[in-house]
Amino acid sequence: MFIDTSILFQIAGIGIIVAMLHTILKQMGKEEYAQFATLIGFIIVLVFVVNSIAELFQQIKSVFLFRG
Amino acid sequence: MNMLEIVGLAIIASILVLLLKDQQPTIAFLLVIVTVIYLLSIFMSYIKEIILLIQYLGEKAGVNDSYLTVIIKVIGIAYIAEIGATIVRDAGLESIAAKVEILGKILILLLAIPIFKTLIETIINFFSI
Repeated sequence: MFIDTSILFQIAGIGIIVAMLHTILKQMGKEEYAQFATLIGFIIVLVFVVNSIAELFQQIKSVFLFRG
Repeated sequence: MNMLEIVGLAIIASILVLLLKDQQPTIAFLLVIVTVIYLLSIFMSYIKEIILLIQYLGEKAGVNDSYLTVIIKVIGIAYIAEIGATIVRDAGLESIAAKVEILGKILILLLAIPIFKTLIETIINFFSI
Protein backbone atom coordinates (compact mmCIF):
# COMPACT_ATOMS: atom_id res chain seq x y z
CA MET A 1 0.00 0.00 0.00
CA PHE A 2 1.35 3.40 -0.98
CA ILE A 3 0.19 6.42 0.95
CA ASP A 4 0.01 9.89 -0.46
CA THR A 5 2.36 12.04 1.61
CA SER A 6 1.98 15.09 -0.60
CA ILE A 7 -0.83 16.44 1.59
CA LEU A 8 1.71 17.00 4.38
CA PHE A 9 3.84 19.17 2.12
CA GLN A 10 0.76 20.95 0.82
CA ILE A 11 -0.30 21.90 4.35
CA ALA A 12 3.22 22.96 5.29
CA GLY A 13 3.41 25.06 2.11
CA ILE A 14 0.11 26.76 2.84
CA GLY A 15 1.32 27.45 6.36
CA ILE A 16 4.58 29.03 5.17
CA ILE A 17 2.82 31.15 2.53
CA VAL A 18 0.24 32.35 5.06
CA ALA A 19 2.99 33.21 7.53
CA MET A 20 4.77 35.20 4.80
CA LEU A 21 1.57 37.04 3.85
CA HIS A 22 0.91 37.79 7.48
CA THR A 23 4.35 39.32 7.94
CA ILE A 24 4.17 41.38 4.74
CA LEU A 25 0.69 42.72 5.46
CA LYS A 26 1.71 43.57 9.00
CA GLN A 27 4.74 45.48 7.72
CA MET A 28 2.44 47.43 5.39
CA GLY A 29 0.35 48.39 8.37
CA LYS A 30 -2.76 46.40 7.35
CA GLU A 31 -3.31 44.55 10.59
CA GLU A 32 -6.91 43.44 9.85
CA TYR A 33 -6.06 42.04 6.39
CA ALA A 34 -3.25 40.05 7.99
CA GLN A 35 -5.77 38.49 10.38
CA PHE A 36 -8.06 37.62 7.47
CA ALA A 37 -5.23 36.00 5.51
CA THR A 38 -4.40 33.82 8.51
CA LEU A 39 -8.04 32.87 8.96
CA ILE A 40 -8.54 31.90 5.32
CA GLY A 41 -5.35 29.81 5.27
CA PHE A 42 -6.55 28.05 8.41
CA ILE A 43 -9.94 27.30 6.85
CA ILE A 44 -8.36 25.83 3.69
CA VAL A 45 -6.17 23.53 5.76
CA LEU A 46 -9.13 22.62 7.96
CA VAL A 47 -11.04 21.36 4.91
CA PHE A 48 -8.18 18.95 4.10
CA VAL A 49 -8.02 17.75 7.68
CA VAL A 50 -11.77 17.22 8.03
CA ASN A 51 -11.83 15.19 4.81
CA SER A 52 -9.09 12.89 6.00
CA ILE A 53 -10.68 12.51 9.44
CA ALA A 54 -13.94 11.47 7.78
CA GLU A 55 -12.07 8.93 5.68
CA LEU A 56 -10.35 7.47 8.75
CA PHE A 57 -13.59 7.19 10.71
CA GLN A 58 -15.27 5.44 7.79
CA GLN A 59 -12.37 2.99 7.70
CA ILE A 60 -12.61 2.36 11.44
CA LYS A 61 -16.35 1.77 11.13
CA SER A 62 -15.90 -0.81 8.39
CA VAL A 63 -13.05 -2.57 10.21
CA PHE A 64 -14.66 -2.81 13.65
CA LEU A 65 -18.13 -3.93 12.52
CA PHE A 66 -19.95 -0.75 13.41
CA ARG A 67 -22.62 -1.00 10.81
CA GLY A 68 -23.32 2.30 9.14
CA MET B 1 4.17 -0.84 4.26
CA ASN B 2 7.86 -0.58 4.81
CA MET B 3 8.87 0.43 8.34
CA LEU B 4 11.43 2.86 6.93
CA GLU B 5 8.69 4.70 5.07
CA ILE B 6 6.69 5.15 8.28
CA VAL B 7 9.72 6.48 10.17
CA GLY B 8 10.56 8.79 7.28
CA LEU B 9 7.01 10.14 7.24
CA ALA B 10 7.14 10.79 10.99
CA ILE B 11 10.50 12.57 10.80
CA ILE B 12 9.44 14.74 7.85
CA ALA B 13 6.21 15.65 9.62
CA SER B 14 8.02 16.62 12.81
CA ILE B 15 10.48 18.81 10.88
CA LEU B 16 7.61 20.57 9.08
CA VAL B 17 5.77 21.08 12.37
CA LEU B 18 8.88 22.58 13.98
CA LEU B 19 9.23 24.89 10.96
CA LEU B 20 5.66 26.17 11.28
CA LYS B 21 5.23 26.23 15.03
CA ASP B 22 6.57 29.74 15.64
CA GLN B 23 4.61 31.60 12.98
CA GLN B 24 1.39 29.58 12.65
CA PRO B 25 0.73 27.33 15.65
CA THR B 26 -2.80 26.40 14.52
CA ILE B 27 -1.69 25.17 11.11
CA ALA B 28 1.15 23.27 12.76
CA PHE B 29 -1.41 21.57 14.98
CA LEU B 30 -3.52 20.61 11.95
CA LEU B 31 -0.36 19.15 10.40
CA VAL B 32 0.08 17.01 13.51
CA ILE B 33 -3.52 15.77 13.18
CA VAL B 34 -3.03 14.85 9.51
CA THR B 35 0.12 12.91 10.34
CA VAL B 36 -1.64 11.01 13.10
CA ILE B 37 -4.50 10.16 10.76
CA TYR B 38 -2.17 8.88 8.06
CA LEU B 39 -0.26 6.67 10.45
CA LEU B 40 -3.54 5.32 11.84
CA SER B 41 -4.94 4.54 8.43
CA ILE B 42 -1.79 2.54 7.72
CA PHE B 43 -2.49 0.70 11.00
CA MET B 44 -6.08 0.03 10.05
CA SER B 45 -5.28 -2.03 6.98
CA TYR B 46 -3.16 -4.36 9.15
CA ILE B 47 -5.69 -4.55 11.97
CA LYS B 48 -8.29 -5.68 9.44
CA GLU B 49 -6.18 -8.78 8.78
CA ILE B 50 -5.79 -9.48 12.50
CA ILE B 51 -9.54 -9.19 13.11
CA LEU B 52 -10.22 -11.56 10.24
CA LEU B 53 -7.85 -14.01 11.95
CA ILE B 54 -9.70 -13.61 15.27
CA GLN B 55 -13.03 -14.25 13.56
CA TYR B 56 -11.62 -17.32 11.84
CA LEU B 57 -10.32 -18.69 15.15
CA GLY B 58 -13.65 -18.04 16.87
CA GLU B 59 -15.48 -19.80 14.08
CA LYS B 60 -13.23 -22.83 14.35
CA ALA B 61 -13.57 -22.93 18.14
CA GLY B 62 -17.37 -22.63 17.96
CA VAL B 63 -17.59 -19.45 20.03
CA ASN B 64 -20.91 -17.62 19.89
CA ASP B 65 -20.65 -14.97 17.17
CA SER B 66 -22.28 -12.19 19.21
CA TYR B 67 -19.55 -12.38 21.86
CA LEU B 68 -16.83 -11.94 19.26
CA THR B 69 -18.68 -8.97 17.79
CA VAL B 70 -18.81 -7.34 21.23
CA ILE B 71 -15.09 -7.90 21.75
CA ILE B 72 -14.20 -6.38 18.40
CA LYS B 73 -16.50 -3.42 19.10
CA VAL B 74 -14.79 -2.89 22.45
CA ILE B 75 -11.41 -2.80 20.71
CA GLY B 76 -12.80 -0.27 18.23
CA ILE B 77 -14.18 2.00 20.96
CA ALA B 78 -10.89 1.87 22.84
CA TYR B 79 -9.08 2.79 19.64
CA ILE B 80 -11.32 5.77 18.82
CA ALA B 81 -11.18 7.07 22.41
CA GLU B 82 -7.39 6.83 22.34
CA ILE B 83 -7.17 8.75 19.05
CA GLY B 84 -9.42 11.51 20.32
CA ALA B 85 -7.72 11.76 23.68
CA THR B 86 -4.19 11.95 22.25
CA ILE B 87 -5.15 14.61 19.69
CA VAL B 88 -6.85 16.72 22.34
CA ARG B 89 -3.88 16.22 24.68
CA ASP B 90 -1.54 17.44 21.94
CA ALA B 91 -3.51 20.67 21.86
CA GLY B 92 -2.78 21.02 25.58
CA LEU B 93 -6.29 20.37 26.91
CA GLU B 94 -5.58 17.76 29.54
CA SER B 95 -8.99 17.88 31.24
CA ILE B 96 -10.99 17.31 28.03
CA ALA B 97 -8.70 14.41 27.12
CA ALA B 98 -9.37 12.82 30.50
CA LYS B 99 -13.12 13.13 29.95
CA VAL B 100 -12.88 11.53 26.52
CA GLU B 101 -11.01 8.59 28.04
CA ILE B 102 -13.54 8.19 30.85
CA LEU B 103 -16.44 8.25 28.38
CA GLY B 104 -14.71 5.56 26.33
CA LYS B 105 -14.41 3.37 29.41
CA ILE B 106 -18.07 3.87 30.29
CA LEU B 107 -19.19 2.96 26.76
CA ILE B 108 -17.09 -0.21 26.92
CA LEU B 109 -18.77 -1.10 30.23
CA LEU B 110 -22.20 -0.53 28.63
CA LEU B 111 -21.31 -2.92 25.83
CA ALA B 112 -20.26 -5.55 28.36
CA ILE B 113 -23.57 -5.48 30.28
CA PRO B 114 -25.38 -8.17 28.19
CA ILE B 115 -22.44 -10.56 28.48
CA PHE B 116 -22.29 -9.98 32.23
CA LYS B 117 -26.02 -10.69 32.51
CA THR B 118 -25.69 -13.99 30.67
CA LEU B 119 -22.78 -14.91 32.94
CA ILE B 120 -24.85 -14.23 36.06
CA GLU B 121 -27.81 -16.20 34.66
CA THR B 122 -25.53 -19.13 33.88
CA ILE B 123 -24.19 -19.14 37.44
CA ILE B 124 -27.70 -18.94 38.92
CA ASN B 125 -28.88 -21.83 36.73
CA PHE B 126 -25.84 -23.81 37.80
CA PHE B 127 -26.71 -23.49 41.48
CA SER B 128 -30.48 -23.95 41.17
CA ILE B 129 -30.32 -27.41 39.66
